[in-house]
Amino acid sequence: MATTTAHPTTPGTGAPPPPRRLPVPPLVAALGAVLLGSLLCGIGLGAAGVSWAQVVRHLGAGLTGGTISPDEVAAYTIVWELRFPRAVLAAVVGAGLSAIGVAVQALVRNALADPFVLGISSGAAVGANAVLLFGALGALGIWALSVSAFVSALLAMALVYAAARTAHGLTPLRLVLTGTAMYYGFSAITTLMVFTADRGEAARSAMMWLLGSLSGAGWSSVPIAAAAVAAALAHLLLSAGRLNALAMGDETAAALGVDAGRLRRELFVVAAAVTGAVVAVSGAIGFVGLMVPHVTRMLVGADHRRVLAVAPLLGAVLLVWVDLLSRVLLAPVELPVGVLTAVIGVPCFVLLMRRRGYTFGGGA
Amino acid sequence: MRIDIADLSVEVAGNRLVHDITLRAGSGRVVGLVGPNGSGKSTLLRCVYRALRPAAGTVRLDGADVHAMDAREGARLLAALPQEASTEFDFTVAEVVAMGRLPHQRGSGRASAADLAVCERALARVGADHLAGRGFLSLSGGEKQRVLIARALAQEPRVLVLDEPTNHLDIAQQLEVLALVREGCTSRRLTVLTALHDLNLAAMHCDELYVLAHGRIVAAGPPYDVLTPKLLAEVFGVRAHRVRHPESGAVQLLFDRLAAPTAAS
Repeated sequence: MATTTAHPTTPGTGAPPPPRRLPVPPLVAALGAVLLGSLLCGIGLGAAGVSWAQVVRHLGAGLTGGTISPDEVAAYTIVWELRFPRAVLAAVVGAGLSAIGVAVQALVRNALADPFVLGISSGAAVGANAVLLFGALGALGIWALSVSAFVSALLAMALVYAAARTAHGLTPLRLVLTGTAMYYGFSAITTLMVFTADRGEAARSAMMWLLGSLSGAGWSSVPIAAAAVAAALAHLLLSAGRLNALAMGDETAAALGVDAGRLRRELFVVAAAVTGAVVAVSGAIGFVGLMVPHVTRMLVGADHRRVLAVAPLLGAVLLVWVDLLSRVLLAPVELPVGVLTAVIGVPCFVLLMRRRGYTFGGGA
Repeated sequence: MRIDIADLSVEVAGNRLVHDITLRAGSGRVVGLVGPNGSGKSTLLRCVYRALRPAAGTVRLDGADVHAMDAREGARLLAALPQEASTEFDFTVAEVVAMGRLPHQRGSGRASAADLAVCERALARVGADHLAGRGFLSLSGGEKQRVLIARALAQEPRVLVLDEPTNHLDIAQQLEVLALVREGCTSRRLTVLTALHDLNLAAMHCDELYVLAHGRIVAAGPPYDVLTPKLLAEVFGVRAHRVRHPESGAVQLLFDRLAAPTAAS
């Protein structure tokens, strides 16, 4: 597919094949069903052997407020207090990262961008760490973690944007290089914070923030993250037409009656809010926001109305499975989710980069 | 719809690139903007289609200030073909044309049946209906430009602003694009303001020309009156003969060689 073809059918060099378009409503319905099935697997499978019959009974008990016998409390806790919220959170995080990947790629008009590649996720991790390790923003109570992650995501984003910007706008090369540099900077700060905090699990905690993990998930983590992701998704879906215009360039956007500057500021805040909310509960999970939008575009094309309907579902399914694998592959040891997303994501990134049309400087 | 530009000055990054421009394009006219590279043509046009705000002066459509209008309202009156048309996102031709309906839509911009019909007509009008399912990125330069004209027509504007629409096109494509523009002009009473590089094309296709140099208008009027050997030497630094096209009667230029350098220009 990546080799040069010698068919001069279309003028121009190496024209890509006509884009494929799957019909969106059936795809969304199918992905919804797959997501439900995946959630069930996420709840039913794990290191501790809980039979499917028990899983179903405990889920029923939890959902309807039924009773269970005392000797089943351990299994009930595993199903209802650990696996269920964790699977739901994985879906929320996967959906959020994918939607924000789409938004950030339109924002910088570059398909190699996502919050992780641009260092925004690791920036948010610095803020979350400050709260967890040093009790920053204690006055905000349960909101402290998310607010701090949001604010630091916003700052990280502004920093990347300001550093990568030139008089001629953003060039893809500068953006990705700046993001990579920022990623190392923020990761170093996080590592330093974790190790100077002098706690027992310091090393593992650093791993969790830098690579991402859902091991801390409980029901208390779900509401803020879910609300942030849902609100962002609704806003993005309503902005889909404007995102299309922005993807064609600022000049075109202006000619179509879209205020590119205002839309960018909106996307900035939305991306930072979701990144903050997601990183606060799962650390900096990489590459989901990069891969899922691409796979989605291969399936349904570039129109943001279609992409934004499909990408969050795809991301949710992906992360539920990746989290499940991270729990069972080396059980009882748990892998950070980010190790697995990197295993899939890094080759994906390299392939994308080498493809015609995504060459550095191609749009610069 | 009439375009009135009055005392317009535009600054980019603190530099004043366009000074005190006054320009008038009557309804249904094709008005050309010519001038050497860096003379401010693009900057002026970007301000007209609202990618830039003026530092001073106004751009009015039938008396209404475009910079005081709601952005969507402005885009329903005025469509533009900017010079940059690069994107990494592989939209289909139909999707690109559908973007022209954006100023007419609310919310997420779901296209109605009426919107789709407008888009189909626009594509047919530029003779590109067979391209609808193709990827925009796979098109040739001439095809892209036709599709972008279709997008502009799908906007159902009253005014069309074009920034060097014939760039990177071969001569047949150049003539085709300008014929399409002229056709839209007569059949839809569109007023056209276009920057053009090629003076002969400009002379052939425009009712009036404005000549820009160093961000100021140095001449304006019908092509024959404007494109004088004296002006061509002063502004473009070339010596040329002015002749009439044997069939159409349009003024055409025969270039001799570079003019002797004029003092301090």
